[in-house]
Amino acid sequence: MVFDFVSDFVSDFVSDFVSALCLLPSAFTMCITMAYTLNVNGKSVSVDVPGDTPLLWVLRDSLHLYGTKYGCGVGQCGACTVHIRGRAARACQVPVQNAVNGPIVTIEGLSADGSHPVQKAWEELDVPQCGYCQAGQIMSAAALLATTPKPTDADIDTAMNGNLCRCGTYLRIREGIHRAAGQTK
Amino acid sequence: MTTNTVNRRNFLKVSAIAGGGLMVAMYTDAFADLLAQGRGGGAPAPPLEPSAFISISADGVITIVGKNPEIGQGIKTALPMIIAEELDADWKDVRVVQGDVSQAKYGGQSAGGSTAIPGNYNTMRQLGAAARAQLVAAAAQTWNVPEAELTTSASKVWHKASNRSVGYGALAAKAATIPAPALASVALKDPKNFTIVGTKKPGVDNHSIVTGKPLFGIDVNLPGMKFAIFEKCPAYGGTVVSANTDEIKAIKGVTHCFVVAGGANSLSSGVAIVADSWWTAQQARKSLKVQWKDGAAASNSTAGFDKRALELSKSEPMTVTRKDGDPDAAFASAAKKVEAAYQYPFLVHAPMEPMNCTAQFTPGGPGAGNAGKLEVWATSQTPGQALTGAAAIAGVTPADVTMHMMRMGGGFGRRLANDYISESVAIAKEVNGAPVQLRWSREDDMHWDVNNRPAGWHYLKAGVDASGQVVAWKDHFVTPGKGTMQSGSANLGANEFPARFVPNFAIVQSINESGIPTGPNRAPGSNALAFVFQSFIDELAHAAGKDPVAFRMSLMDQPLVVPPPPAAGAPPQGGGGGNLFNPARMKAALQMVAEKSGWGKRTLPKGTGMGIAFHFSHSGYFAEVVEASVDAQKKVKVNKVWMVGDIGSQIVNTSNAQNQSEGCIIDGLSQAMGLEITIEAGKVVQNNFNEYPWIRIKNAPPAIQADFLLSANNPTGLGEPAMPPVIPALCNAIFAATGDRVRSLPLSKHGYSWA
Repeated sequence: MVFDFVSDFVSDFVSDFVSALCLLPSAFTMCITMAYTLNVNGKSVSVDVPGDTPLLWVLRDSLHLYGTKYGCGVGQCGACTVHIRGRAARACQVPVQNAVNGPIVTIEGLSADGSHPVQKAWEELDVPQCGYCQAGQIMSAAALLATTPKPTDADIDTAMNGNLCRCGTYLRIREGIHRAAGQTK
Repeated sequence: MTTNTVNRRNFLKVSAIAGGGLMVAMYTDAFADLLAQGRGGGAPAPPLEPSAFISISADGVITIVGKNPEIGQGIKTALPMIIAEELDADWKDVRVVQGDVSQAKYGGQSAGGSTAIPGNYNTMRQLGAAARAQLVAAAAQTWNVPEAELTTSASKVWHKASNRSVGYGALAAKAATIPAPALASVALKDPKNFTIVGTKKPGVDNHSIVTGKPLFGIDVNLPGMKFAIFEKCPAYGGTVVSANTDEIKAIKGVTHCFVVAGGANSLSSGVAIVADSWWTAQQARKSLKVQWKDGAAASNSTAGFDKRALELSKSEPMTVTRKDGDPDAAFASAAKKVEAAYQYPFLVHAPMEPMNCTAQFTPGGPGAGNAGKLEVWATSQTPGQALTGAAAIAGVTPADVTMHMMRMGGGFGRRLANDYISESVAIAKEVNGAPVQLRWSREDDMHWDVNNRPAGWHYLKAGVDASGQVVAWKDHFVTPGKGTMQSGSANLGANEFPARFVPNFAIVQSINESGIPTGPNRAPGSNALAFVFQSFIDELAHAAGKDPVAFRMSLMDQPLVVPPPPAAGAPPQGGGGGNLFNPARMKAALQMVAEKSGWGKRTLPKGTGMGIAFHFSHSGYFAEVVEASVDAQKKVKVNKVWMVGDIGSQIVNTSNAQNQSEGCIIDGLSQAMGLEITIEAGKVVQNNFNEYPWIRIKNAPPAIQADFLLSANNPTGLGEPAMPPVIPALCNAIFAATGDRVRSLPLSKHGYSWA
């Protein structure tokens, strides 16, 4: 869009301003709450929260999109992986004020009905155990395939290394990505 | 609605459901001891009264209740598969729903000790078969033909003689009017005719998982719901003296801040902050100032434990767990002698979904029996206990509590304890009306695990005679506890292998005084004991100049000592091992894994080695081989793992069996390489995954070959016993590759890292 640059500039300015306010002592104020407009799964939505609220909690608690999971809050586990402007991002590490330039896609928006090749492969191969990390795994895998349609094992390991699975589904994750890529091993 | 209840127990209860269907419930009180046996310690087992529900709608949809908590072990798929098998249902017609927590409706519900399959396998089969018998009787009445002429398959009853068939849906209303046969009388299928059990069935929640539907405890959302955090003393056991609750309450968005006194039902002392959003509550926590009173653990530290263990090892042991023959004399005269000190750390479970619980207390009114109602959305491996505890904390009767079972983002034994559920209920009671979701942060989850895997120290000596037989074995086991009693899951049973297989054998024990709460962690006891004993046995094999497989075979040749009967009221044995161990089954598993892995038959490059280990726990016999390469910088690459397991005559779900096997092995490799909880001043030092590095995909083995040796034994569980052997198998592989014997975990403390 022609005005992307301008809107980026304005939103960055707003973000910095809000961040500065958030440094004030908490006894004085928690943080300035204001409305942020986000583009999530193709829809424009407005949320009224402090600007430093991680996108993760906005998605879950404000927008009731529960597929994006909380695992660590420090960008270590990848359970909260979403796509921002088509790239995998950890929603726990993105303050909502920095997410206004979207678009944001969550697991709920990856496909209308679970028909994305990665989702289908996950079901066919019975990848999940507890399943808690799998939305994040799928979002990372989908982002990988968007840029690398025929990944090697090494490509997969590099792209997926930020996504922890405590149950140990890694072998089937590798297999699932190959299957989604149309490659059978 | 009509109901035909046939007696009270061991009969099917039949009722038509709305729309004309069949509902089956079964009551029996078998297997109460199984859970207790399989649990390595911790909370007592709830009374086990399994039951299940089948309902068939007129349009042919078969709904089966998964009665047990789902933590990723696949039980929500497995138990309904067993019912569907004997029902002769077409799996495509089956919908599985999670049962709520209800002793009355479902009997016992728990996830622990790998007991769900052994405890429910026959019952689930009988349930399905009894419902099938009702459908057959309904068809016989409809067609006026003898039942003996009817067969069933794929959700239909068939009369071959007249070439007729009818779907279960069309029969459901009539079947509901027919009394169910006694469960003990129903004929079960020949397993060779199974079409569902023994096949690959993807998890029933998979579609919801891959599309991000709310399923888990943390996904609960209720109108008007508030969010809570609960701050506790950083050091275990500390209590609140005072807190600046008024200042916290003044923060925008915070609705409540109060001190919880703590008490029974694992309820800790702490400070609750309740707010309109969790993020607000979590931010308000930064302004919280609490004065704490130290608890029993405040003087505990990892360095202190290690120092004390060494002192204890040089003193007379406090207790004797077992003594056969004269181990000291036999050691003194042995041809080869090995002495070694082994040690392993505390571990937390850190499942991916941090502890959480949602509760709503609706106040009652004046008068007896009107104390209020409690509704809870819980993640618990012991929901029956959770419900009882919740009722007590809310001051209501269990009948006043409705508890929903949510899918769990991992359990591993952490959710056998219900401390966070108690906290959530205490907070909801104080909030008095609105639903409240208590969420622990990851840091909370790391700091306040109440079922830590206990650290342990083993001071071992053993002797081998000139022929290579082990003639002496003595283990001075130092373990956390108080006085002379070990902490939860910190016991070493008198019959743990190689007890009974060495003529002069002793286990003696001393307690390392500790206030750190410990309890079951996947394969309790076994997760550490296998590392120690299977590594030490490897040392003995090399000292004797024997091949590690041949040496183990020889050690298991025959039990030399008859096991003593368990003492009345004796606590369960760590890992569920002990008396039940059958060496013939283990030798078969060991033989098979040696063959599958090409043990002794392959030439490996320099720096690559194979290690082998076996362990019996939770009624399962597992032998595993790790092939690993180690470079000059001590970087380790696991090339392949082979596993052979004997868990009886039947694998229920072959897809999930592979998943659990891979999961156990990857869990074990994680623990072996990098996991350690350290304690300073009674506090867990580690905060998050960066300091507690579970293995990542890059370091997961490229291949795991899991094979099952089907034996003529009842089917048993898999979620735990596949894990313990991989840890010593890795350590033994590192020894084979480098000559370096690692005697304390994790490997990272010795300079090793993943390649």
